[in-house]
Amino acid sequence: MDLFEYQARDLFEKHGVPVLKAQVATTPEEAKKAAEALGGGTVVVKSQVKMGGRGKAGGVKVAKNPDEAEARAKDILGLDIKGHVTEKVMIAEGADIAEEYYFSVLLDRSNRTYLAMCSKEGGMEIEQLAVERPEALAKIPVSAIDGINDAKAAEIAEAAGFDADTAAKIAPVLTSLWTVFESEDATLVEVNPLVKTGAGDIIALDGKVSLDDNADFRHKEHEELRDISAENPLELKAKKLDLNYVKLDGEVGIIGNGAGLVMSTLDVVAYAGEKHSNVKPANFLDIGGGASAEVMANGLDVILGDDQVKSVFVNVFGGITACDAVADGIVKALEILGSQATKPLVVRLDGNNVEEGRAILQKAAHPLVTLTDTMDGGADKAAELAAAK
Amino acid sequence: MSVFLNSDSKIIVQGITGGEGSKHTARMLAAGSNIVGGVNARKAGTTVKHNDKDGNEVELPVFASVSEAMEATGADVSVAFVPPAFSKDAAIEAIDAKIGLLVIITEGIPVQDSAEVWARAQAAGNATRIIGPNCPGIITPGESLAGIIPANITKKGKLGLVSKSGTLTYQMMYELRDLGFSTAIGIGGDPVIGTTHIDALEAFEADPETEAIVMIGEIGGDAEERAAAFIKENVTKPVVGYVAGFTAPEGKTMGHAGAIVSGSSGTAQAKKEALEAAGVKVGKTPTETAELMRELLA
Repeated sequence: MDLFEYQARDLFEKHGVPVLKAQVATTPEEAKKAAEALGGGTVVVKSQVKMGGRGKAGGVKVAKNPDEAEARAKDILGLDIKGHVTEKVMIAEGADIAEEYYFSVLLDRSNRTYLAMCSKEGGMEIEQLAVERPEALAKIPVSAIDGINDAKAAEIAEAAGFDADTAAKIAPVLTSLWTVFESEDATLVEVNPLVKTGAGDIIALDGKVSLDDNADFRHKEHEELRDISAENPLELKAKKLDLNYVKLDGEVGIIGNGAGLVMSTLDVVAYAGEKHSNVKPANFLDIGGGASAEVMANGLDVILGDDQVKSVFVNVFGGITACDAVADGIVKALEILGSQATKPLVVRLDGNNVEEGRAILQKAAHPLVTLTDTMDGGADKAAELAAAK
Repeated sequence: MSVFLNSDSKIIVQGITGGEGSKHTARMLAAGSNIVGGVNARKAGTTVKHNDKDGNEVELPVFASVSEAMEATGADVSVAFVPPAFSKDAAIEAIDAKIGLLVIITEGIPVQDSAEVWARAQAAGNATRIIGPNCPGIITPGESLAGIIPANITKKGKLGLVSKSGTLTYQMMYELRDLGFSTAIGIGGDPVIGTTHIDALEAFEADPETEAIVMIGEIGGDAEERAAAFIKENVTKPVVGYVAGFTAPEGKTMGHAGAIVSGSSGTAQAKKEALEAAGVKVGKTPTETAELMRELLA
């Protein structure tokens, strides 16, 4: 889960990273009150979208007083930044910025450890810096056992080329940012810019944090950070049913077991669609190894709730759960759904007890169900049916 | 010969008394695996009963720790079915005991835990080969299964298979059951895993029983690109590849925690191109991939 800037700021504050005072507002009036609460002086009004390039898009404005903050918030609320509509602004204290730096720590999956990146040249897009002036971006591996302790923080600051005085001030901020990373189960903590003020203080001015969903079980409080309003209603419904579902833009609903096989099914359907009015897969839905009747019914229920769907391709490999059990599941799921099931279903079963599974579906002879022998053939049939509608 | 696992492998199951552990202990025994015991600190001293592949009842001892189990049974492989919250400790216990092979089946382990487990395995001198987490395990058909791969969908043969995805592993084993497999390894789709495509390719290249290799990848990370570079330099046996996730949209996680595309790297297209540049024939669908393999060996 990627966090909004204000959520990252809150986590920074919680773990002792120096940040500016700030409040969140969803209306211009709230923005004005926030500016007043921050002392009535200069503030920065910042669009809260999970997308870079906010400044260039007009999503970050300085306001000299609460009235201006209200006006700027009015400009920014509703602003579309690369497809992300601004629904919240953060009102932050103004800062006397002397210098801008960059710091991040992230999971380095290729090396199966963490990587810290630090630069004296912050503020700009770090991807651009990495390409144009790679020597200006220090990259230091971080051990998954030791993390960023005092010695590692000093090493990072030195590698980035800070003078001794600045390095001494930055190092404790880096260890605090590591605390954020480790104790919140993050996969990315990025500060850009990390600034030095005229008074010589180090402040994390803007932050990006990605959290590991697999660690939710030990961070119940992270649930509150989830932006439910931005989630697709079908995805929300699927999540409540404990289904692994991703909505896509297409006409052929997909159900399968196993993430890899379902991804592969999407590809095969997309290829088949090229021959049938360019229909595309409508979703990713992995019902897992079990493929019980209830899970199958829930899955079909979610997919049939997608108005864009014209046909459904059920592609199951019977491994641990044999095909006859899967076929039983499909038959029972159609019974559970009754008249709600209105779209043609192409079913491809393969693997253990495939003959028994096919026999069950043939015997049930449900008018909506077409049986196919192969994955490629099933994809073609489902695409054809979707295109014909 | 085979890779990483054979009929001599003595297997223990961490979490043998749990639901999944119990179910798959029975399946592994039915597949012919030599299971010699299990671990559950709270049930140490008890036993569990299952049937072996000939239908004879076997009584398996439950030990307090991996090291105790190894001492008592000579076990050299552990398969872990331990809930995500306890997987890290279970893995570190196995690493500390210096077991030769640790297969972590559990899905949903926090990536920081996996990174720490990997760091500890390295600190321990890499005495323990780790497969997984979030994987179906490893099978040497006709000899042994350490994991949850259906044992009866293929037979012993001359292909080696390495795959990020479980069900695509099964799909490919089934598609190519006429040729059969020396060993099939599901390495898992998480961002941090133990055994990689490269480790498996290296082992298959060295295994006299393996004549050709099937490699299955999916979007996310750069493991396939690095495997391609490895193949170009080090693999003389024919390799056929398949990559899933061409239609996956950017920034969306597709089930596997690792299967997320961000930016231009990690896309299925980039992986396919890298593999083809290394001389690997890449199929458009699993079925086409199987056909490519048959043509290569015809």
